[in-house]
Amino acid sequence: MASTHHVEQPVVGPGHTFVTVTDKIASIVLQKKTPLGWFFGFAISFSVLMMLLATLTWLVAKGVGIWGVNVPVGWGFDIINFVWWIGIGHAGTLISAILLLLRQQWRMSINRFAEAMTLFAVACAALYPIFHMGRPWVGAYWLFPYPNTMGLWPNFRSPLIFDVFAVGTYATVSLLFWYVGMVPDLATLRDRAQNRGAKILYGVFALGWRGSARHWNNYETAYLILAALSTPLVVSVHSVVSLDFSVGIVPGWHATIFPPYFVAGAIYAGFAMVLILAIPLRWAYGLQDFVTMRHIENMAKVMLATGLVVGYGYMMEAFTAWYSGNTYEKFLLVNRALGPYSWAYWSLILCNVVVINTLWVKSLRTNVPYLFFVSLVVSVGMWLERFVIIVMSLHRDFLPSSWGNYRGTVFDWSTFIGTLGLFATLFFLFIRFLPAISIFEMRTLLPGAQPREGKA
Amino acid sequence: MSRPAIYGLLAEFHSADAIVEAAHDVHAAGYRKLDAYTPYPIEELIEALHIGRSRVPRIVLAGGITGLLAGWGLQYWSSVIEYPLNIGGRPLNSWPAFIVPSFETTVLFSALAAVVGMLALSGLPQPYHPVFNVPGFALASQNRFFICVEATDPRFDREGTREFLKGLGAVEVTEVAH
Repeated sequence: MASTHHVEQPVVGPGHTFVTVTDKIASIVLQKKTPLGWFFGFAISFSVLMMLLATLTWLVAKGVGIWGVNVPVGWGFDIINFVWWIGIGHAGTLISAILLLLRQQWRMSINRFAEAMTLFAVACAALYPIFHMGRPWVGAYWLFPYPNTMGLWPNFRSPLIFDVFAVGTYATVSLLFWYVGMVPDLATLRDRAQNRGAKILYGVFALGWRGSARHWNNYETAYLILAALSTPLVVSVHSVVSLDFSVGIVPGWHATIFPPYFVAGAIYAGFAMVLILAIPLRWAYGLQDFVTMRHIENMAKVMLATGLVVGYGYMMEAFTAWYSGNTYEKFLLVNRALGPYSWAYWSLILCNVVVINTLWVKSLRTNVPYLFFVSLVVSVGMWLERFVIIVMSLHRDFLPSSWGNYRGTVFDWSTFIGTLGLFATLFFLFIRFLPAISIFEMRTLLPGAQPREGKA
Repeated sequence: MSRPAIYGLLAEFHSADAIVEAAHDVHAAGYRKLDAYTPYPIEELIEALHIGRSRVPRIVLAGGITGLLAGWGLQYWSSVIEYPLNIGGRPLNSWPAFIVPSFETTVLFSALAAVVGMLALSGLPQPYHPVFNVPGFALASQNRFFICVEATDPRFDREGTREFLKGLGAVEVTEVAH
């Protein structure tokens, strides 16, 4: 596959062998002294996670009233953050599944931690709808179809139930995909560990993997099938999330463009997050040979492409509002541009339409600090997009008598920042205890890894 | 049949080229109770050992059909039979709305079937296997390639097979205890 006609930068730096690749990645977990920066980062993340715990405890004690949600804005930070997090997860699946099916070999050094990112992002996302119920243990019966003493069943005609099925399936399949992909590497860690405890622990999770040709045969087939299943799944997840809005009749929500527009936005935000994680990671652990400039630039290109689709979505939203001739839709358009939250709308345009287009310039696209900055801007932009869609649509609906304003309270912010802590904590633990790059897939990319044709 | 004295002979190779070539020869020599161990998947090796196509896809198909029927069945049964709810006068069997959860359960069951099927067909998890008794085998998950001829093979001969494997360019041939 590498024999394309034009010369491409290699996906692995020169001079690597099976031994050096294995050493470099496995030693981060097994031998190297944990860098001081890790303890520093982990301590901060963990403190922020504790803030989340305190907030949620207070939330359960007092009720959702501690958040800023009220009539008419019943969905605030909780749903904004739910959509934001779940969107971020999508890039992980795109990298691991869709790029695998397209035989994009450059995915191999970034898929593992991108998948981890997916899992952790989905975990953060799932907290929001659960705690938005206020009394999560009481709300279970309308989310999950289980035989309960009240004889009640969920309403399967509601997109909110679609969401439970879509997100639940997504979380499970992402976990399976991530874990199955890691089994051969866990066996490597088992075989290299000197410490008996580590040997046993990695051994248990490696399931006795011994790299048998028969096993590889089943493994590769199952892995491809998982990729083929994840591809439509990931498209369905954010489409379903968008149905939460577009099935409603609220102006600004009731639009047929929502599913593709949400999916593009998800991939866009997700690639930004992959870059936010990959750039410091490759720097801190000296992984520039594995996560090369080619990877960084490819990710920037995907971000630019999906960013353009998102920009098109904004344009079409405005166009449909005008072209529909619907009074309420037209009012929404004016309200977005000039209303009380116009700052959010214009910041959104700045982040997602103006700044992203600087990536057309190759020197900016390959400038790592600048790209890191753009990724942060994109993450903020995508958060604002959900704010614009959710809050700005709800705060001015059909009847002026029911208008109102919304702002997040301190608890809204501590919940949001708290989930950033949860995400970062999980990620720090992941890079410390599990191989952050797929070792066995990196081996297949090395010269001499594949038998020469004709000889076999 | 009594149990052979050893599990088999493990031949070590240092490159993908060498092991694929050796696998062809071992198979051509009539050995059938064979396995190869490599640090990453090598398609040519699977072909050389005539392992054949994996049966995972069939299990996934069965899982997918089960998931579709289970998802659809759950929705039909709960919405039409067990707990009929009139939502805006829509028919109880609102099949277009049922498509989404049915799709998700189909994917869920297929994925679970793929993983469980892959593990079951491979006999995993398997905490103990004789090849782990060979000290150098730890490198099978790093940079070495192994072929194991098992003693239950009718052509197996402790000395003859060892010589044969040596002749194929094996760097080392080790006896594998049970």
